[in-house]
Amino acid sequence: MTNEGSSGAAPVSRLADEFNKLPGIGPKTAQRLTYFLIRMPEEDARSLAEAIIAVKERIILCTTCYNITEINPCDICTNVNRDQTRICVVEEALDVQALERTRSFKGLYHVLHGVISPMNGVGPDDLRIHPLLERLKGDSQVEEIILATNPNLEGEATSMYVHKLISPLGIRITRPARGLPVGGDLEYADELTLSRAIEGRQDF
Amino acid sequence: MSRPRTYKTECIVLKQLSLSEADRILTLYTPDMGKVRAVARGVRRPKSKLSGHLELLNQASVSLSYGRNLDTINEAQSIRSFRGIREDLQRISKAIYMAELVDGFSIENSDNYQLYLLLVDSLGWLERTDNTKLLLRYFELHLLEHSGYRPELVNCVECRAWLEPGDHFFAGGSGGVLCPECRVDSEDSLIPISLNSMKVLRFLQREKGFANIDVLSVPPDQLAVLERLIRVYIRYLVERDLKSAEFMNLISNARS
Ligand SMILES: [Zn+2]
Ligand SMILES: [Zn+2]
Repeated sequence: MTNEGSSGAAPVSRLADEFNKLPGIGPKTAQRLTYFLIRMPEEDARSLAEAIIAVKERIILCTTCYNITEINPCDICTNVNRDQTRICVVEEALDVQALERTRSFKGLYHVLHGVISPMNGVGPDDLRIHPLLERLKGDSQVEEIILATNPNLEGEATSMYVHKLISPLGIRITRPARGLPVGGDLEYADELTLSRAIEGRQDF
Repeated sequence: MSRPRTYKTECIVLKQLSLSEADRILTLYTPDMGKVRAVARGVRRPKSKLSGHLELLNQASVSLSYGRNLDTINEAQSIRSFRGIREDLQRISKAIYMAELVDGFSIENSDNYQLYLLLVDSLGWLERTDNTKLLLRYFELHLLEHSGYRPELVNCVECRAWLEPGDHFFAGGSGGVLCPECRVDSEDSLIPISLNSMKVLRFLQREKGFANIDVLSVPPDQLAVLERLIRVYIRYLVERDLKSAEFMNLISNARS
């Protein structure tokens, strides 16, 4: 009941509509958030708005690893103390954060930004798979690629596809150990399970 | 309260879409209710009791609650996970194609038991047969039949005349073969089809199971014609290119 005449001013329904576009937010929650913001002190609201704009203006993708960053190349790619011979391939930037929290991986990353999911209209060309191939062709230091996509059908299919593309390069390709339960997402794994999985990896 | 609030059924998981935090919307294909869209809560968390059971393409028994928009999955128990498919990218891409076809040709809450059986049976064959291209053609022809789009391969689809051997053309937009006379005024895209290919198609259409087809050996060029022909017809029916067909071609054409 958002557009029924007297019920609300245009800016109110506009904000509710914007909230409604966010993942996991239905019309009810969108309305609740909107009314919460109306009652919020102006400086808090302004600070929230600025934070949103700052994210959009300052956060970019690293053109080497495609992780989200404020500087390009990102801190991880430019850190000389990290192991330049290993690249861990993950689905999302959130997975990089999850792995960084474990502190058990010291190499570099490559973020695919999704998985092959034809049913949802996502094919290999919609992901950052070809940039990975180019990156490997131009970098002779890399000795190991760890394919850390999620342990479900689409994650596995994506890894198999990447494996097929990069195996002619002759680089060692591994998978994290099977500590991760099938179907769960990597970003939700607890740190111990994740550490064990990344430490006990196996050849693909 | 005449209607119960929960129900049990079995399903194949056709499609998954991450919703929020840890939830997913699943598209299930069931024997008694056709296509059902339902929410699986917490399924992306590794400790979820549902996740492993509701993997894409799994066959599972499920218990759901009716919801205003979408039903919610309360419990799930995997029946069959088709492991033989999951370890092979070619087979995965073909299984996803089957799932996209079932999704595309079915309607929510409209049961089609034959289509369900066809999907389960074909996934089972896809685990073990090396005749996967013929399996896909068999699957397509029977999916079309169970959906009310059975291609006409015996009589001319326009004038119903009995087709003489030789000189046949398949008209994608008409859903069948045209006789030489009807072909003259047809505006369809026509694909020439040899008598042999015709016979293979008719055989695939007539057989009620894949066992007798599995033993056939059809030369690659003939397989390619059959594939193109049915693809044109399906493309005409669904009015779009199937992303899974694109992916399947990409996988099978790449040198392995
Ligand atoms: Zn980077
Ligand atoms: Zn005719």
